[in-house]
Amino acid sequence: MTETAAIPPLAAASSPSVSIRGLRLAFGAVTVLQDLDLDIAEGEFLVLLGSSGCGKSTLLNCIAGLLEPTDGQIFIKGRNVTWLEPSERGIGMVFQSYALYPQMTVRGNLSFGLRNARVPREEIDRRVARAAEILQIGPLLDRKPGQLSGGQRQRVAIGRALVRDVDVFLFDEPLSNLDAKLRTDLRVELKRLHQSLGNTMIYVTHDQVEAMTLADRIAIMKGGRIMQLGTPDEIYNRPANRYVADFIGSPSMNFLEGQWEGGAFRGKDILLPIPARTGGTARPAILGIRPEHVMTGPLAETAPLRTEVIVDIVEPMGADTLVWGELGGKPFRIRMDGQARVRPGDRLPIGLDPARASLFDARTEERL
Amino acid sequence: MDGPRGPRPRRILSRGNIMLYGTLIVVAIYYLLPLWVMVMTSLKGMPEIRMGNIFAPPVEITFEPWVKAWAEACTGLNCDGLSRGFWNSVRILVPSVALSIAVASVSGYALSMWRFRGSETFFAILLIGAFIPYQVMLYPIVILLREIGLYGSLWGLVIVHTIFGMPINTLLFRNWFAAIPEELFKAARVDGAGFWGIFLRVLVPMSLPIFTVSAIIQVTGIWNDFLFGVVYTTPANYPMTVQLNNIVNSVQGVKEYNVNMAATLLTGLVPLIVYFASGKLFVRGIAAGAVKG
Repeated sequence: MTETAAIPPLAAASSPSVSIRGLRLAFGAVTVLQDLDLDIAEGEFLVLLGSSGCGKSTLLNCIAGLLEPTDGQIFIKGRNVTWLEPSERGIGMVFQSYALYPQMTVRGNLSFGLRNARVPREEIDRRVARAAEILQIGPLLDRKPGQLSGGQRQRVAIGRALVRDVDVFLFDEPLSNLDAKLRTDLRVELKRLHQSLGNTMIYVTHDQVEAMTLADRIAIMKGGRIMQLGTPDEIYNRPANRYVADFIGSPSMNFLEGQWEGGAFRGKDILLPIPARTGGTARPAILGIRPEHVMTGPLAETAPLRTEVIVDIVEPMGADTLVWGELGGKPFRIRMDGQARVRPGDRLPIGLDPARASLFDARTEERL
Repeated sequence: MDGPRGPRPRRILSRGNIMLYGTLIVVAIYYLLPLWVMVMTSLKGMPEIRMGNIFAPPVEITFEPWVKAWAEACTGLNCDGLSRGFWNSVRILVPSVALSIAVASVSGYALSMWRFRGSETFFAILLIGAFIPYQVMLYPIVILLREIGLYGSLWGLVIVHTIFGMPINTLLFRNWFAAIPEELFKAARVDGAGFWGIFLRVLVPMSLPIFTVSAIIQVTGIWNDFLFGVVYTTPANYPMTVQLNNIVNSVQGVKEYNVNMAATLLTGLVPLIVYFASGKLFVRGIAAGAVKG
């Protein structure tokens, strides 16, 4: 049987919950997913992050069994599920539009999957009651979806996966239809739910705040490929390439063009000693510095590199102040303390720390 | 604050209103007049009709023509009125409507939710069927029914009605189902529902409006059908419309206008009731089913 076939090892992960091997999906000439390999550990919260059209939802649909891959295999709990129906894979899915059955009560929505699986009546009642308690939707069980608020609907949608005792939860932008306040609340609840259930969860979003706050690991996707897979900390502090560096962080990272040679980055008006992991010969490079990592005030005095920025626009935001300026003839963003007093036209002394900067090859855009 | 208070005064007899309601009244009279003549004539005795004033209400109301039309009027073959045709029509209508809606709804569902290779082409070909004149297919279908041994039987006619109802009804159902969010369909698949489970337990319960529309189209269409009824059945199974024609056109004795009018009204009663009873649902379903592609 193919089901017992061993999963080809990818990483040192011990008994991964979900494994993807060589997954490719093409619609005619258009390749949506390109030879993806991915291991998701038991109990891990993995976020697939990317802008629209990057293939993140497509990948999720492939894992769910709603899309048939052109090539490659998917394993869940060591079982090859590539050719199984969605309901046979041990997955539950939560959709952006909630996708509740409008003619059924909340109880009917929760129990639909169990009734399809011919689970005994008492067992259904027991599981529905448990899910309703966890999600605090007990009083709503006899209402129709039309009588619920957006947040309540999304809870019912989560409950629909919960009652089926699935191994893996799949979320397809579950919070995108909610307003900002509710989104924050439900985000926290989702994290709590993950902590108490301990299930593997795969979560698709285009919202980097959701990704950073929820994820154990983030996979940033672009054009059907994973650009970087890592913890939020790795993604934020050590982006693997320029795309990831630019995608994560708001406002996004500053990029300075120049040359790397002899252990230092040399740009217009800048000379910063910075080691490259790869070493090697001199080459055109890009230096990336996050606006919040630019040192200002007394701190700037202590920095390895000191220079000045001509302030163009100041945006006070309460907790911090965004300063838009110019460095070496290119726009340069700085995030300062909310109390900072800066005015357009000022020459603002700044300091750069190589430990908090990223260096990319200008040609391959990979991290050096 | 000083000045005029209360709701904004509306001029009932404005120029626009007079034009609008004037036109509506004229048009209504235009369409209602024939009905008035029919109802009045059907309630008169023959002597009164011979006096010639077709618009005048009856001096002496009689229901005799209605009774005669229903139970006693003669066709060329027998003299039991429209009742025979009515029950034939019911026996044709019920299975035809049920079968055609069942087939069309499942086809529309499959074409919108379970797209297969060539499903669009299949749908296009089906639609072309809606534009081919019936006359072209009349005789080939006679041969077809003869070959499968159903020619002249009631079931042969049921099949013909089902087939001819396919294009328009499949289109209606396909568009309705295509407008339902795809995620609902995906959720049902994740929940383990199959082709029939999704259709019967998720989609059908939320599709009452489009089923109503389809039912109205089929009930009125099949009830009003004359051509297929006369071509594909034998006199024993003639539907009401054919029976009506035979009564009105039989050329023995005097022309009983009152009986003819009563018979015509009786025949038109079913579609009339259907429209009156389901007006709002019908409009809702048409609006929802027709626009989106």
